[in-house]
Amino acid sequence: MLRHEVIIVGGGLAGLRAAIELCDKYDVALISKVYPLRSHSVAAQGGINAALGNNPEGRDDSWEKHMFDTVKGSDFLADQNAVEIMCKDAPRAIYELEHWGCPFSRFPDGSIAQRPFGGAGFPRTCYSADLTGHVLLHTLFERAISKRLKVYSEWYVLSLVSDGSMCHGIVAFDLIRGEIVPILAKATLFATGGYGRVYYYSTNALINTGSGIGIAYKAGVPLKDMEFVQFHPTGLVGTNILMTEACRGEGGYLINRLGERFMERYAPKAMELAPRDIVSRSIQREIEEGRGFDHPLGKCVHLDLRHLGEKKIMERLPGIRRICLDFLGIDPVYEPIPVMPCQHYSMGGIDTNEKAETPLSGFFAAGECACVSVHGANRLGGNSLLETVVFGRIASHSIEAYLSERDVKPDEKLLEEERKKVEKKIERLTGGGKEKPAKIQLELSKIMSQYVGIFRTKDELEFALGKILEAKERYRSVGISSKKKHMNYELMSALELEFMLEVAHTIALGAYLREESRGAHFRRDKEERDDSKWLKHTVMTIDREGNPSVSYKDVVITRYPPEERAY
Amino acid sequence: MKEGEIYTFKIFRYDSFEPEKPPSFQTFKVRVVPGLTVLMVLLRIRDEIDGTLSFRSSCRSAVCGSCAMVINGKIDLACRTQVYKFEDRTIVLEPLPNMEIIKDLVVDMTPFWSAYEKVKPYLMRFSPSPEKEIPQSEEERKRIDQFVNCILCACCYGACPVVSRDPDYLGPHAFAKLERFFSDSRDERPPEELIHLDNVHGLWGCDTVLKCIEACPKDVRPTDSIVSLRKRLLKYRILGKR
Repeated sequence: MLRHEVIIVGGGLAGLRAAIELCDKYDVALISKVYPLRSHSVAAQGGINAALGNNPEGRDDSWEKHMFDTVKGSDFLADQNAVEIMCKDAPRAIYELEHWGCPFSRFPDGSIAQRPFGGAGFPRTCYSADLTGHVLLHTLFERAISKRLKVYSEWYVLSLVSDGSMCHGIVAFDLIRGEIVPILAKATLFATGGYGRVYYYSTNALINTGSGIGIAYKAGVPLKDMEFVQFHPTGLVGTNILMTEACRGEGGYLINRLGERFMERYAPKAMELAPRDIVSRSIQREIEEGRGFDHPLGKCVHLDLRHLGEKKIMERLPGIRRICLDFLGIDPVYEPIPVMPCQHYSMGGIDTNEKAETPLSGFFAAGECACVSVHGANRLGGNSLLETVVFGRIASHSIEAYLSERDVKPDEKLLEEERKKVEKKIERLTGGGKEKPAKIQLELSKIMSQYVGIFRTKDELEFALGKILEAKERYRSVGISSKKKHMNYELMSALELEFMLEVAHTIALGAYLREESRGAHFRRDKEERDDSKWLKHTVMTIDREGNPSVSYKDVVITRYPPEERAY
Repeated sequence: MKEGEIYTFKIFRYDSFEPEKPPSFQTFKVRVVPGLTVLMVLLRIRDEIDGTLSFRSSCRSAVCGSCAMVINGKIDLACRTQVYKFEDRTIVLEPLPNMEIIKDLVVDMTPFWSAYEKVKPYLMRFSPSPEKEIPQSEEERKRIDQFVNCILCACCYGACPVVSRDPDYLGPHAFAKLERFFSDSRDERPPEELIHLDNVHGLWGCDTVLKCIEACPKDVRPTDSIVSLRKRLLKYRILGKR
């Protein structure tokens, strides 16, 4: 058994940001299922929002305007106290990253460059070409190295240990050695990222299984607003690799088969820079109504950058060009990019308050795995990176407060018991079951993309729920090929699948119950937003039988009362 | 071609937990359609044919650096390598050289990361920070661009002939990273930092045969960083300043 004062799960931006703040004062260890630089934060492209007012077109920007855009973008489901904290803190967070060495792109006056992004009234997205996640992750990891942070790399979390009111640590799995290791901790932070791989069409990394969210849920921690799933308008056809919103921020067009800039029909003012939920639905409609293109790899529309010219593309979007060349063999300088909407981000997640605290004492969550909620029903581009660094830091402060206010005594016995349970589970998985985990996961992801996607109906959601329950049943007979535990990725997939099934279940159930359309949740049978009944958060907790028990929670509204959302 | 053609994959298998069993190549036949990458093939083999196959992967879009390996004799990221670009229908996959093999295509990257940490890969500043950003001109930002782009995938480390004969040599990635900071207008690291590298395991180890440049999937030129750092070191030895 290992012992640390604080255990942080996840080596992406939120986890690292929290660790950097805490490791000077406490015995902190960070575990990550991949070497931290391989975390999905690295794939973020377009930028990070802060009302710096550096752009000559954006001098009058302010945190209030950033807050308003975020709240409106969220379709008024975000908790405004939390949004206020994030937007106010954004400039400080950016300067801090810059002081730590983050190589932001610059304006001619030497200030941090800012570009326009979807749903934003001002150009406030700070960036480093189209590799913003890469530079941010490297900067925070470099900072962590300078502080000699203890990292357990290629370790998975398998279980969160709770006595019903307090968290005692985790049970982890050392993939390289194949050992199950309980880690006793006074405070535990999950920064485990999103669940993209629950969907078939997703921009997310292969590691984004959402198991952290599922593990917390299984340990009795409530999940919030799981039905709100962001579909990014522009995933590359075939591989679904992200084509950043910055393509449109820099002036790119969306074009249908008739050569129309079709966004004119759906968001005549904002056009291509309407928020993602609106642009994704518009693309989907164009495709469904026969105005899309038939690419050999799937139906799509075109993202056209050609008019931006080679110089601008090479300077601002070099990563996009590289991806197009490597994965489709096309050069966006000369050819339009075939794109389709793909699952991209989890607005919902572990239910936290604005201090990154969960209802389970000693257990905290930050970043995409958490739902504060600052994104409500739809996240604006550039706000997710911001959320990771702002709430990663806030989590560290809350953990400090938690540890200084009481004498926490985690219980070794509970961890030992949990370790035995995990061992039993692994024994069962290697006991000759006939179902292949990869097959169940593939089928689950197809159901989610087809029936719990951009457009939803009650009947389809009901069908999806039935299929998910069936998959859960089949999971009981999952078997893997080898009893050896070290470097056994199939074993890891099988273990993670259990949590993916729970995550999928809560998404589909939340969507089935929410009889309105708000942000990214669009019901064809209830096309209007219904504030009188549904201006509230969905909360799901696992009950004794292992079924989700649903309740609702009020939205915090401080400054901006709900209004019609048009762009 | 749309229907797909059968390719033969010969994949290196070895388990360091069973050192008595010699390494071998296992053959898999897979139908390949255009657009299919080497990583997708590996995932399909693990999911559908042999669940015991070990390899690393994460972003599948050539930005995270997990899946560097030797593909038909050439080091590259499996995720960005299209299968159908190979005329030969047999594709051989081997782990990155210069590191101990843990299992199959997974190598122990500890020496790679230790070398990276040794050069203190973080911005060093001693001046008080301004209230806002530290100004940097577009020109100054451009200067660090290629080294900023390094994703630490270890393609260069696997390709480096010096690492292969001298395990104490730091490796091209470490110097690329160090130059990224030395050439950053905001960095104030003392030039004394270079003195530890004034030896054959450091800056003078490089053969300048450019294998690292050839292997880099991100157009980084580690040799350039080594040449630049050597100049910085000589300047410091002669003039006593940065």
